[in-house]
Amino acid sequence: MPGFATTTGGVLLILAILLPVAGLTASLALGGRRAEWIALTLAPVGVLIALAIATNVLASGAPVVYIVGGFAPPLGIALRADGFSAIMLLTTAAIISAACFFARSGFATPKGEPEARAPFTFWTLIQGLFAALNIVFLSGDLFNLFVALELLTFAAVPIVCLDGRPETLVAALRYLLFALFGSVFYLLGVGLIYGAYGTLDILLLAARVKPEPAVYAAAGLMTAGLLAKTALFPLYLWLPPAHANAPAAGSAVLSALVVKAPFFLLVRLWFDVLPKLPSETAMALLAALGSAAILVGSVLALRQQRLKLLIAYSTVAQIGYLFLMFPLALGGGAWSMDAWIGGVMQTLSHAFAKAGMFMAAGLAAQSLGHDRIKDLGGLGRAMPMTVFALGIGGLSLMGLPPSGGFAAKWLLLTASAEAGQWVWVAVILAGGLLAGGYVYRILAPALSGEPAALNSAPARSREAIALALTLVALLLGFAPQSFFSLIEIGRLPVVGP
Amino acid sequence: MITAATLSGLTGAILVGLGLYGLIADPRPLRKILAFNILGSGVFLVFGIIARRGAAAGFPADPVPQAMVITGIVVAFAASALAIAILLRLVSETGRASLRPDTPGAAQTPGD
Repeated sequence: MPGFATTTGGVLLILAILLPVAGLTASLALGGRRAEWIALTLAPVGVLIALAIATNVLASGAPVVYIVGGFAPPLGIALRADGFSAIMLLTTAAIISAACFFARSGFATPKGEPEARAPFTFWTLIQGLFAALNIVFLSGDLFNLFVALELLTFAAVPIVCLDGRPETLVAALRYLLFALFGSVFYLLGVGLIYGAYGTLDILLLAARVKPEPAVYAAAGLMTAGLLAKTALFPLYLWLPPAHANAPAAGSAVLSALVVKAPFFLLVRLWFDVLPKLPSETAMALLAALGSAAILVGSVLALRQQRLKLLIAYSTVAQIGYLFLMFPLALGGGAWSMDAWIGGVMQTLSHAFAKAGMFMAAGLAAQSLGHDRIKDLGGLGRAMPMTVFALGIGGLSLMGLPPSGGFAAKWLLLTASAEAGQWVWVAVILAGGLLAGGYVYRILAPALSGEPAALNSAPARSREAIALALTLVALLLGFAPQSFFSLIEIGRLPVVGP
Repeated sequence: MITAATLSGLTGAILVGLGLYGLIADPRPLRKILAFNILGSGVFLVFGIIARRGAAAGFPADPVPQAMVITGIVVAFAASALAIAILLRLVSETGRASLRPDTPGAAQTPGD
């Protein structure tokens, strides 16, 4: 039976998890400056492993599987990488690497000191995040996924309050409370599913799940919990202060990757565990919440006075687009593959665009000494690369061609039109206009006036990292055919109505 | 006839309800953390009953939910410790335990 035996390349999956865990352990043992070097060495190795996994998945045309300890489910635990996992692993490794190199100047251990608190914490936590994200994308077991989500929360929350200012502590505590609410609900759902079917393996469950009350209750609880963690409207209140107050490299990882992990789990849950459940109403509800997120998040972004908060509210809006994919891709219609690719494309292009924009915003704030939007005048002349990064990232957020964001929104738009679900068409178009508005609010002052006086010139290499990330978001619009073949691998055949 | 399992299930449900209410309704952070623990206890109790259901299938008791509860307790303990640590730091910085972001320069979120 496929999916229950280790395949070729399966050992890469366990390597992708063990490497950051080993790095984290070694960093704790060796401490100080060595933690930085371990993170900087292992993150690019992680990119190579992710590349190897993606190549394996693409070559075999089927998910890569590793059975931990040789005990097949339901006794043991399986790690599985389908096309979506592979592309998320690659995105994670690339953005974590970029964030590590970007963070070097901000989190260097001072000369002459063996260890400083904030740098040591950052370099260990970023490896913890890397490990947790990889487990989320690879795990084939619902309880294992719960542990991965917790690991992710515990690594992400302290990054928010690294500098210890009171407002960052409040933001971190609120983030933690929302996340804990989410995890406890998810856990309750896991318990109900185990009680009903005696297994938590995703493939085994997919074959056993029947539409019955326990499953509906579990699905509702798990979905509600995961929505709180992914900050979908109306559970988004924790996100803007947390993401806006974290250090730039941290914001980039939190906004690009950490909120995508619970979303990835929701996709696993509805597409892989519960595809047999009649779910039209539930999916329409998810998309309606997504639409509300797009509109409310964008309007709030338009009203922000600070650059980092504006970008954080834009994350709230862009997360909304991800949920438009649910009613469209799950219906089993001719448009469902378009919607699926659109949703995946939105996940990736937002990750790269937003990581680059948060880094650019961090650079601007550092050089100007503030991030008030109305006082950004002349930034374009003083820091052209940084403003260019904000512009290119903004292009993808608006969904203008040629960019990954355009491909994503176009696919979702055509899928909604083909499905006859016109309400999403209106939301996507309105969201694009509003995004144009808030990106204009950044660029209009930044591109006018005399060159701004900078407190300190930004490092060219850090500007280049921010720009490179947003350029990846742009280039996703020109993705080759093999990219599309990859993200279709491992989609279970959707049962049509 | 109410069996022990039904009674424990109802108790679990009540704990989950109380914990959820406290987590949402009480503005004080320490109360929220305690409410989270009550909510967690309710969930763990439900897991205990699920282990008993395995017992009905012929096992003395299904060990998997028990293993999950132990993991869950460790996670909840770690989460509480992290939350308390952040709260203590907040109190030592500002002298107050409040989640209202009204410190000068703090991020303003509507509807809070």
